[in-house]
Amino acid sequence: TKFSQASSFHSRPKHLLSSPPKKIWGPTFGYKCLESLKMEPLADCSLLPGEERIIDKDIIYICPFSGALKGKVFITNYRLYFKSADADPAVTLDVPLGAIGRVEKMGGASSRGENSYGLDITCKDMRNLRFALKQEGHSRRDIFDILFKYAFPLSHGLLLFAYLSQEKFEENGWSVYKPMEEFRRQGLPNDKWRVTFINANYELCDTYPTILVVPFKATEEDLRKVCTFRSRGRIPVLSWIHRENQAVICRCSQPLVGMSGKRNKDDERYLDLIREANGTAKLTIYDARPSVNAVANKATGGGYEGDDAYQNAELVFLDIHNIHVMRESLKKLKDIVYPNVEESHWLSSLESTHWLEHIKLVISGAIQVADKISGGNSVVVHCSDGWDRTAQLTSLAMLMLDSHYRTLRGFQVLLEKEWIGFGHKFANRIGHGDKNHADQDRSPIFVQFIDCVWQMTKQFPTAFEFNERLLVTILDHLFSCRFGTFLYNCERARDTNELRSKTVSLWSLVNSDLSFYQNPFYTPESNRVLYPVASMRHLELWVTYYIRWNPRIRQQQQSPVEQRYIELLALRDEYLKKLEELQLSDSSPNSSHLSNSSTPNAASPTQHITHLHTPF
Amino acid sequence: MIETFGIKLICSKNSCLSPVVCLVVSVSCRLCLVVSCRLCLSPVCLLSSVCLLLSVCLLSSVCLLSSVSVPSTGEVVFCSASTVLKYTQDDLSQRGVFGVLLCTNFRVSFVSDEAPTEEMGQLFKNKLYGENDIPLSCVDNIYGGSEDKRKLITGGLVKNKYPSKMIIHCKDLRVFQFSLSFSKEEDAKKIFQGIVHHCLEPKSLRCLFAFSYCENTSYPEAQRKKQTVMFDSVEDWTQDMKRTKGNCRVVSENSNFELSPKLPQYFIVPKNVSDEDLTKYQGKGLPMWCWSHHSGCALFKTASIPLVQEDNVPQTYMEKMLTAVAHNHLYSVKTEDLSDTLPTVQDILLSYNRFKQFFLIDNTTEFWMSDMKWFSSLDNCGWLDIIRQCLQKAVEVVESLEKENTNVLIMEEGGSDLCCVVSSLVQLMLDPYYRTLLGFQSLVQKEWVAGGHAFLDRSNHLHLKDKVESQSPVFLLFLECVWQLQQQHGPAFQFSETYLTVLSDSIHVPVFTTFLFNNDGHRDSLLRAESPHTQRSPLNCPTVWDWSVQFDCKAQDLFTNPLYTEKPKQDTSVRKSYRPRHLRQLSLPSSAFKTPPKKGFFKDEADNLKKILGVKRLSRWMLSPSSDSPQTSSSVREFYEAWQTKPLDYHGLLLPCLDGPSIRVWMQRYLRWIHDVQILGGGPVAMLSKVSEILGEVQELQRQLDRHGCTLTSNHKGARPRAKTAAAVIAARSSVRLSSSFPFVTSRNWSFKPAIPTSLLQSLMVTGMAGNLADREDDGGPESLV
Repeated sequence: TKFSQASSFHSRPKHLLSSPPKKIWGPTFGYKCLESLKMEPLADCSLLPGEERIIDKDIIYICPFSGALKGKVFITNYRLYFKSADADPAVTLDVPLGAIGRVEKMGGASSRGENSYGLDITCKDMRNLRFALKQEGHSRRDIFDILFKYAFPLSHGLLLFAYLSQEKFEENGWSVYKPMEEFRRQGLPNDKWRVTFINANYELCDTYPTILVVPFKATEEDLRKVCTFRSRGRIPVLSWIHRENQAVICRCSQPLVGMSGKRNKDDERYLDLIREANGTAKLTIYDARPSVNAVANKATGGGYEGDDAYQNAELVFLDIHNIHVMRESLKKLKDIVYPNVEESHWLSSLESTHWLEHIKLVISGAIQVADKISGGNSVVVHCSDGWDRTAQLTSLAMLMLDSHYRTLRGFQVLLEKEWIGFGHKFANRIGHGDKNHADQDRSPIFVQFIDCVWQMTKQFPTAFEFNERLLVTILDHLFSCRFGTFLYNCERARDTNELRSKTVSLWSLVNSDLSFYQNPFYTPESNRVLYPVASMRHLELWVTYYIRWNPRIRQQQQSPVEQRYIELLALRDEYLKKLEELQLSDSSPNSSHLSNSSTPNAASPTQHITHLHTPF
Repeated sequence: MIETFGIKLICSKNSCLSPVVCLVVSVSCRLCLVVSCRLCLSPVCLLSSVCLLLSVCLLSSVCLLSSVSVPSTGEVVFCSASTVLKYTQDDLSQRGVFGVLLCTNFRVSFVSDEAPTEEMGQLFKNKLYGENDIPLSCVDNIYGGSEDKRKLITGGLVKNKYPSKMIIHCKDLRVFQFSLSFSKEEDAKKIFQGIVHHCLEPKSLRCLFAFSYCENTSYPEAQRKKQTVMFDSVEDWTQDMKRTKGNCRVVSENSNFELSPKLPQYFIVPKNVSDEDLTKYQGKGLPMWCWSHHSGCALFKTASIPLVQEDNVPQTYMEKMLTAVAHNHLYSVKTEDLSDTLPTVQDILLSYNRFKQFFLIDNTTEFWMSDMKWFSSLDNCGWLDIIRQCLQKAVEVVESLEKENTNVLIMEEGGSDLCCVVSSLVQLMLDPYYRTLLGFQSLVQKEWVAGGHAFLDRSNHLHLKDKVESQSPVFLLFLECVWQLQQQHGPAFQFSETYLTVLSDSIHVPVFTTFLFNNDGHRDSLLRAESPHTQRSPLNCPTVWDWSVQFDCKAQDLFTNPLYTEKPKQDTSVRKSYRPRHLRQLSLPSSAFKTPPKKGFFKDEADNLKKILGVKRLSRWMLSPSSDSPQTSSSVREFYEAWQTKPLDYHGLLLPCLDGPSIRVWMQRYLRWIHDVQILGGGPVAMLSKVSEILGEVQELQRQLDRHGCTLTSNHKGARPRAKTAAAVIAARSSVRLSSSFPFVTSRNWSFKPAIPTSLLQSLMVTGMAGNLADREDDGGPESLV
């Protein structure tokens, strides 16, 4: 299962029953606990360091695919684990509590019908779980209370599991991203762009990172002035620079134009400095929103860069909808894929969710940004606050433009930089540990971005060093709360909560087992711009993520193509070795026909291969 | 009669009034015109003026023709026009290339004035026609355009009129747009009317290019014979029955089409079918053997007899035939009337016609406009659903054979359309032999060619008005289903996606006998009649399986799938001990029916059992109940799920997943010509070419090791590739970037400009569904703003 991948805890004691139950819960639960001790221990569930068992209970899992299954559920401070007792093969569930969005009671003590009394759990990862219990004796009260408490620890004054985890890894994921190093890799600072520490104490902008790159000519005073004219102080700062043509991607929030159409000379001058830096005639401003929304934003004090005010800039709207539209869209998608895939008119149903349409808009927006940059024009990207759609656009464009971000570590840097560093509000969008499932701030913006990345890897199967497994793992731990990586809204909050010293980074897990996430087909090609095709003809539903709980969708550990490739690679190595051995033993003159041609290369397999190529 | 420039060329000798179309062009630089009559083999005396006119007309164009593409022998140019502008399909800028547009008895051809570019495209060049050639029978529709209007041309035009722009939609989904406004009026008129005439007007079968081609090409027949099983001899049928351990009767009484010209030359029927049964109802109702399951039960197909209420005779006959089928194995038979449960050939045509429009792109704006509604349009045209239904029906039949071990008789009105689709699919799923390249070709020969699928009527190459109704892409539908299977279980197939695409294109190249006739009898009589060498041997024409007619060896390498591995050969001595009879591996446990009851019981109870089963099934057939009931579909689902839980064996039973997301569009075939959706440097080929590359290396290493006399360990034999692969081809161009349209489109149009979808906002339908949400702010209201 997904959560037993990390090699680090394989060596841990095999199961949880070793600790005396009394230590975990009070005398009220004593009876049930004794009962549970009679059950067979679940040998295949190993606990994470720091994970503690809270309750286990006989229960019926109403599996949407195989019907009602009797079994036992275990709840720890990290996960809900269920194993069926009689089904063959056993059905298991392993759900991190972080993935739970909502826990509800189903039916009442007087409900009629079989299995009508129990719990209904809505998960953030595209599934729902239903458990039925015995109707007599308030049998669900304890499990409901515990689930509710531990699935939403922040609502109950408890710590997120990431702060309880004792996991240790060989690698320290927190050292993956060092902002200065990344800027240096891009060739920054240079004579046009400088690094500023003005935000070292989050005084300029509390949702920005501490290190920013701004036009060389802009003074700290300029920055402070611009700050007043941008929503939440999110001024335009550099995200990426093209090594050859020096065109840059800058990101920011909307200007505070308002109903009266306010102007700000400093902001205008500042944008012109960005344009000037590589000497192009026009700066392109991509406003990710539909123009109607941009106009509507004036009513709340926001707006967009008007033509008269920003004469050297052209404004393009990218028509990407807001977080609420995206949330509803994914909700609709879930309706048609879980538990069963809509049978009649599948394609029309898929279309009516608009999910892929939104994906298309995001990707084509990013293509436009990347295309402008390739053409040598600098761009500024913003939406309303510059932490949702803006992050999607800049990071996707950077993925298209810069092959470094397509490597395993480069991709981690991209996420750390554009999403985590620049304050995508993970805490609000995901609602880590929070019981308020109907919170309007929640939205699958990051899921949508990862979907876009998946679409790109699908279209360019050799261009990315990482595989689909990495993307699924990222999404799993986006919710799981096992790692600190996606917790909190911004760097400032992370500092306050000492995240980096108290939790483990997801990249620690990933980088300790890199080969698991590696794409064997990866062929590095630096300087190649990848333009995916943003047509519905090529966009696909990410079945292996969204429909992965459905057993009818064959989940292959490895794609057949991958499998075959790895087989052949192994075969090649074996033959090469054999050939080498033969050549060594054949050094006698009578078999010189082959040795003559290949002896000079025999020592190095790589050269040898090149040599073998020539017959074609 | 063929009309060229309004001059009728008629053989004058011995009142043999056959059209003169045979013109041999020698490949050397010198041109020699040999005009001869096809039927009487005498040089034709043409009036000198006609001769002169003809040569003048032809000379220039023939020169051009030979300089660009290899001239096909037997090809005659009918008309041509110079300074025709061919638009580059992918933009609206009205840019294009000037050149000569020709119409020959084989193709419509555009010869660019610009020097031909020698590029990588050459590697996958079709030897018969180039990228600017359209075989006449590949022309689907012709539109006349003037300014912004487009009008479908249906033939029978008013003389002296022609549109300034001609748009040709091809059956292989290419779209050509020519402007005639720069040509001489006379030329433009002639070429337009010539093309319309030769592409759209009714013609006789003899006018198809195959006949003039074959007369002038000697084709080495021996080469093909040893490869694909053609099912044109008793031996072929006997062998296939033996291979599947069938126990039926090979009928050779029709070898001269004495029983019926509509029946195959050779075929197999259940043992209990008597001689007199063979001739009744012109072969209708006669159960034709398709394939035997290792359990002994078999699949049969038949053309159903229309049941007339008063007349009891066909019913009695049908009962007899059913009993004969039941006798084949354990007195069980299931009948399935496909006419009741699957779409008709007209439905198939209608659906396909709607479907193909999504890919016949005249301009990019239109394309992007349609993009937002892509999924629902696709859904509404129903094509994917028809594919799903065919696959589902095949799975049902597989279930009967594999799980219940019952004989199955599938039937439909003609017995040679959906019966062919379903029976071939069943065999592909059950029998790994048919998933090899030669096996697949043999399957097509068996079920479709010998099986009497009316290729000619279904394609209506001749544009006969009375055959418009019978036109239907049934064979293409079959290839679509195969593609779905291949897409889901790649490593199980020896042939590649490219192979299927090329095969689907070849249907419209009127050179191969495979696709030109309605049945064996039809083929035989025509080839005999057309033979130039007295009446003895029939005309020797290539079949589509003679791939070297179209592609050279290197290009043919792309037909094999680098993922395919042969079944690992296990130690036969070990195998034999526990599996003496069935060499095919089963993925499902056999049902109780599989082991036959004791002999004694068998004999005694036979009649009883027969009665029960026979009558039961028969009544079911009589009532022809819809088998599409929820019961069936849930049973199929269970069958699939049971199969799915077993480990996947690529050399065993294969079942397709029929869920919505699993049935997909055959991207390579349908999107290959659309520039805007080409993934440059990407697509599945990016991965497959790497597999091929490494496969090539492994093969080379093997050769070296073999030279050393090293025996390779047996456990690797399975992974050890035997087939030639595309490695060489792709390795040779590893410096070139491939695109998702590989190998059909060359990288010549490589542009670094990405396609940016136009018209995004207008079509996004969000406002209607969630207007209030769309208008809302992401985070909080005004209070949060400074």
